[in-house]
Amino acid sequence: MYAWILILTLLAVMAVAYQLGIKRAVSSVGGLTQINALHSLPSYYGLYAALWAGIPALLLMGLWVGFQDQIVTSLVTAHLSPDMLEGQSAGRIDLILNDIKNLATGNIVSATVTPEVQAAADQYARLELIATWSMWLAVLAVALGGMAYAWRRTGPQMRARNRVESIFLAIMIVFSSIAILTTLGIILSVLFESLRFFELVSPVEFFLGTKWSPQIALRADQVGATGAFGAIPLFTGTLMVSLIAMLVAVPIGLMSAIYLSEYASRSVRAVAKPVIEVLAGIPTVVYGFFAALTVAPVIRDLGASIGLEVASESALAAGLVMGIMIIPFVSSLSDDVINAVPQSMRDGSYALGATQSETIRRVIVPAALPGIVGGILLAVSRAIGETMIVVMAAGMSANLTANPLDSVTTVTVQIVTLLTGDQEFDSAKTLAAFALGLTLFLVTLTLNIVALSIVRKYREQYE
Amino acid sequence: MEKATGAISAAELANSQHSRETVGDFTAVDPRMTCREVDVWYGSKQAIKGVSLDIGKNEVVSMIGPSGCGKSTFLRCLNRMNDTIDGCRVTGSIQLDGQEIYDKGLDPVPLRARVGMVFQKPNPFPKSIYENVAYGPRIHGLTNNKAELDALVEDSLKKAGLWNEVKDRLDQPGTGLSGGQQQRLCIARTIAVSPEVILMDEPCSALDPIATAIVEELIDELRQNYSIAIVTHSMQQAARVSQRTAYFHLGDLIEVGETNHIFTNPQHKLTEDYITGRFG
Repeated sequence: MYAWILILTLLAVMAVAYQLGIKRAVSSVGGLTQINALHSLPSYYGLYAALWAGIPALLLMGLWVGFQDQIVTSLVTAHLSPDMLEGQSAGRIDLILNDIKNLATGNIVSATVTPEVQAAADQYARLELIATWSMWLAVLAVALGGMAYAWRRTGPQMRARNRVESIFLAIMIVFSSIAILTTLGIILSVLFESLRFFELVSPVEFFLGTKWSPQIALRADQVGATGAFGAIPLFTGTLMVSLIAMLVAVPIGLMSAIYLSEYASRSVRAVAKPVIEVLAGIPTVVYGFFAALTVAPVIRDLGASIGLEVASESALAAGLVMGIMIIPFVSSLSDDVINAVPQSMRDGSYALGATQSETIRRVIVPAALPGIVGGILLAVSRAIGETMIVVMAAGMSANLTANPLDSVTTVTVQIVTLLTGDQEFDSAKTLAAFALGLTLFLVTLTLNIVALSIVRKYREQYE
Repeated sequence: MEKATGAISAAELANSQHSRETVGDFTAVDPRMTCREVDVWYGSKQAIKGVSLDIGKNEVVSMIGPSGCGKSTFLRCLNRMNDTIDGCRVTGSIQLDGQEIYDKGLDPVPLRARVGMVFQKPNPFPKSIYENVAYGPRIHGLTNNKAELDALVEDSLKKAGLWNEVKDRLDQPGTGLSGGQQQRLCIARTIAVSPEVILMDEPCSALDPIATAIVEELIDELRQNYSIAIVTHSMQQAARVSQRTAYFHLGDLIEVGETNHIFTNPQHKLTEDYITGRFG
């Protein structure tokens, strides 16, 4: 019995409830001619009935689907003979249960089918069937019950319009709290894993150590496997790449924003602005191989021609390309805030005999500055969180260096390398990724909060 | 355009309803700005039709008329503020001290320092009171050192009648002042670059009656040193502050003359209708 058939049935019940609600409301005041005696328009009574028929039933169905499998499985497990489970590890028992389920649904099983397993599978299939049918009955009963409740309540005095609106309000609150709860969940999971990491490696070593070599010895006699979890090289690497990126993005973005908003004619603006914004739409992996295969070799050749030693993967290459990627963040936001400076400011300045560039330098940019700074901070947090370009163009080696021509690595790159491949999820190596993630999250969160508060302050300025 | 004289016959008056001839004497005894046959187009729409008007030294000329009559447009031609509007075209002759301001070789930037403008809505920059006034002198390099600049700022604020109210808080934002104070700050800002002519576009329309009275008094004082052209919606204001009044209607300058003449004895039917409140 497919769940979607049940959902379609529910929708049909809701449609019927809608019509019945309208009919009931209209007849309660004695026909369409007396419709003014109703508190709300008839369609609100219909919606009220439909929502009462649909929402409780859907909630019940959701809960049922969520818990049915667990209950059925525990029932089947309880019926298995004790000697089958005797002395088995938890993983082994899971495997047996999996076989039972696969057998019941006709999939391939991993071991030879013993009569016991076959019996359990039959029982499983039977229980599943019963559970599904009872779900149908229960859900439809709740739907009809809800409809009946709404039917009984419907009358000229009932404020259907207000009630429907408060139901929609509740639905919107639920949906928005889903987003908030997800964020909370991410924070908590990262936080707890980080705490586990800090049990293994002291925070002092992590935040102040200068050597990053995230390995854990598998055997006591292994050579060179002593791990070091000093994240300073990652932080400096991140800082350097972001700094280079901002050095590229801020001047270019700001200048193009000023040009587009103050000087460019309407037709130039209509073409140039979307084209610049295309930069934000290019996938970062494309930027990544552009950086690694085009920019990095050019930099290396240039360096070689003037006698500099340049690593084939360098912070400079990654930073330059990342800077180009975040130009639209700077230019688009700056463009918006510059446009938001009232025309009267420009008029006032021109009327005093200021030229256009004086007006921009001395009036418009200062007035828009808080907003521009906000935009730049958002771009910084984007740069810090960027991964793909750095993975491909800046290298993996955790050098503690101030030379942009060296290869460096960043926090995000290390998170990727720590978590790719086969991992055990309780080693310091893997858990280090969570600690790095937490640090990164806190930094970008702080930047975003600062940026948003600056932007908000700016908004109030002309009021 | 033929120069119209003050006295016209009844037949001419009846006829002039559809004529574009200006009634009254549009010249000033000692003109600072002279405008002749000025036409303004916004795209293909003509906003000003052959207007001739002088602005004399040490006088206040007020421009009145119903909304959309072109008085603000005309005002904005006098310091080429219309240049910033796309599709705006000005023909005819506008001279400042005998110099053609729409001349190709003339740079509108220094012109605007000589012909200052005060706007309808007070628009102080989001800077301190001091910086608002010092802005113009700084960009034009009018002072050589801080002491001179301080003196100029103080002098301008005094002329604008704002000094006593703000002298203790010059470092606070100009946007924090009241509406009337902001408008006087804008006037002080304009005075600070020592213009010859000050244009005012409904400077009191956003102010309360008390602030309006203060600004009107100020305008009268400023007349000693500057030529002033003021656009206003308030006929009482025009009568209070100006020596000459020009009445605009649908892009035509209908009538111009001594303010007390215009308000007591209008020659043109349209002027009379407007000032007696029959339309507008």
